Amino acid sequence: MNIDVIKPGLLTTLQDRGRFGCAMLGIGRAGPMDEVAMRLANALVGNAADAPTLELTLGGPRLRFEAATTIALTGGEFSVRVGEHDVEMWRPIHVESGAVVDVGAARRGTRAYLAVAGGFAVEPMLGSVSTDVNARLGGMDGRALREGDTLVVGAGESAARIGMQRASNVRDTAAARRTRDARSDGSRQTWSLDPRPWFDADANVPIRIMRGSHFDALDAASRAALFDAAFRIHKDSNRVGFRLDGPRLALSEPIELVSEPLAIGTLQLPPGGAPIALMAEHPTVGGYPRIGQIAAVDLPRLAQRRPGDVVRFAEIDLDTAQTRYLERERELERLIAAIGERLAR
Amino acid sequence: MSASAASGPGFSIEPLGESALLLRFGEGLDAATNARVHAASAALQAAHLPGIVDIVPAYATLALHYDPLAWVDARNGSPSNHVVAAVRAIFETPQTATPHKAAHVDIPVCYGGEYGADLDALARHAGLDAAKVIARHSAASYTVAMLGFAPGFPYLLGLDPQLHMPRRASPRTRVPAGSIAIGGVQTGIYPTELPGGWQLIGRTPLALFDALRDPPSLLVPGDRVRFVPITTSEFASRERSDRS
Repeated sequence: MNIDVIKPGLLTTLQDRGRFGCAMLGIGRAGPMDEVAMRLANALVGNAADAPTLELTLGGPRLRFEAATTIALTGGEFSVRVGEHDVEMWRPIHVESGAVVDVGAARRGTRAYLAVAGGFAVEPMLGSVSTDVNARLGGMDGRALREGDTLVVGAGESAARIGMQRASNVRDTAAARRTRDARSDGSRQTWSLDPRPWFDADANVPIRIMRGSHFDALDAASRAALFDAAFRIHKDSNRVGFRLDGPRLALSEPIELVSEPLAIGTLQLPPGGAPIALMAEHPTVGGYPRIGQIAAVDLPRLAQRRPGDVVRFAEIDLDTAQTRYLERERELERLIAAIGERLAR
Repeated sequence: MSASAASGPGFSIEPLGESALLLRFGEGLDAATNARVHAASAALQAAHLPGIVDIVPAYATLALHYDPLAWVDARNGSPSNHVVAAVRAIFETPQTATPHKAAHVDIPVCYGGEYGADLDALARHAGLDAAKVIARHSAASYTVAMLGFAPGFPYLLGLDPQLHMPRRASPRTRVPAGSIAIGGVQTGIYPTELPGGWQLIGRTPLALFDALRDPPSLLVPGDRVRFVPITTSEFASRERSDRS
C-alpha cells in the first residue's frame, strides 16, 4: 500500500529506534528525538517498537492513503484531520481508502510520531532506516520528506495478531485501566491513551543532569549558574543539538582536550560559553568540555521544547538516573503490553 | 558506589550517562596511548559482553555504550557498577585475546594543483618546496587514531612535525570527497563532500565511505595507512575504475 506525500511538513523524517553498532566508523545513531512517543505510536497500531515511523516537527505533513489502514499519532499536541474530521492523537485511527490525513501545526510541544499498521517499508541502511540528515543516510535517500514522495507501507504482522501474542503474556492490566474513553468519531477504537505521563512540554519543569567529566573545571560562578540560571533554547537548534543561551559559562582555566566520544544528552561547553545539549543526530566524537549529562528519562521532555523555551537544570546522580530509567522502561513495557491486549479485543 | 574515578590497570573509568562508560588511557594525541585504546577495543570486542551496543575508540579514550536493561541484577547494585566490574575483569585476567591485527592500506594521492589547493601554502609554511612536502607526507606511516566528524572520516596520527599547519582561518563550505588534508598535527581524508577548515594538499580516487558497500568504511580504527603519490592521469583512470 502506498501513501502519497501531498505536503511534506516542516521537517518530516523516517525514524526507527536508531542506527546502533557503527559509531566507531563515525556513524551516529540518529533515531527519534522522543523515543517514548515513537514507541507508543507503534504500539497503538500493533507494530514492533522499532518499526519505522514518521517524526514530524512543528508543522505536519498532508498524506493521501491509497488503501484503508490504521494509523496513530503521539508526541506533541498537533491538530490532526482525517478527511473532514478532527481526530485525537494517542489512539488508533482508522483511515479509509483514499483518505487524506492532514497534520497541522504543533499547539504544544515540538515533535510528533506517525505510525502506520505494518510500518513503513524502507530498505535499512547499515542496520537502520533512521534518517541521518547530515550524513545523508537512511530514510528517504537520507533526507526529509518532499512533496511528491511515495511512502510504501510494509506487510508487517497485523495489529490483532501481535496484540494477541502480547496479551497471552500479560497479567498486569493496571496500565490498561489508565487508558480512558474518548468520544466516538467514527473510529473503530473508542479509547485513547492518557498522554500525561509520557508527554510533558512544561518548560518550568527542570531537566535533570548528572555532572559531566569536566564539571569541576567550571569556575565557581559557572558551577552555580548551571543549576540556578534559566537558559533559553536558541533558534539554531535542531536534531543534532540544542544551543542554550543564558549566562556565559567559563572554565576556571583553559583545558586542552583531544576529541573524545559523546553520547545523546551530553552537555558540551564550546569556547563561546553557551552550552550545547546533544540530541539524536549528535556527532560520535567531539573536543569540547563535557560539563553535564542529561538524564535519559528527561530527554523526551527536552526534545518537546522549542526555540525560545526555557530550560532549567537540576542535579541527579548516576544511580538515581539509572533507577529512574529502569522504572520508566518497566512502566512503558507494561503499557505497551496492555495496549496490545486492548487491540486484541 | 559510584562509577566515577573507578580505575583499572592503566586506565580510569568515567560514566558517560546511564548507558555508556568512558575508559581513559591518557589525555593527549600520542601514538602509544592510542595503541592501547585500540588494544582495549579489540579485547572488549572479543569479550562479547552482553548488551554492548557500540564501542567507540578515540585518541586517548574509548566509549562503551551499553543497554542498562541487559545489566539489571535483581540482587543489588546498579547496571553501571556491574558493567564497570565486568570491564575490569576483562583486563585483570591475562590477555588471551589476539592483539589487534592492523590492516595496512595504501591510499593513492594526486598531490597539489586542482586536487590540493593548499599544497603551496603548506610548502611556504613548512619552508620546503612542494616536492619535498609530497615526499615527506608520503614517506610516513600513519595510524587511524579514530573515525569521526562524518561517516568514514579518518583522523590519522604520524604526520611529520615539519608538516604541521593550523587550520584555515575561514573554513571552506565545500571540500571535495577524497581530499587529503592537514589540520594542526593531524592529517585526514574527507570521505564525502563536506564543509571543512583543514588545509587541502591532495585527493584520492578511492571511495573512503560507501554505505551500500560491505564494509562501508575503507578504514577502521587502528588501521595503518601510507600515501602513494599518483599522477593526474592515474587519478582519472583510478577514479573511473573505482567508481564504476
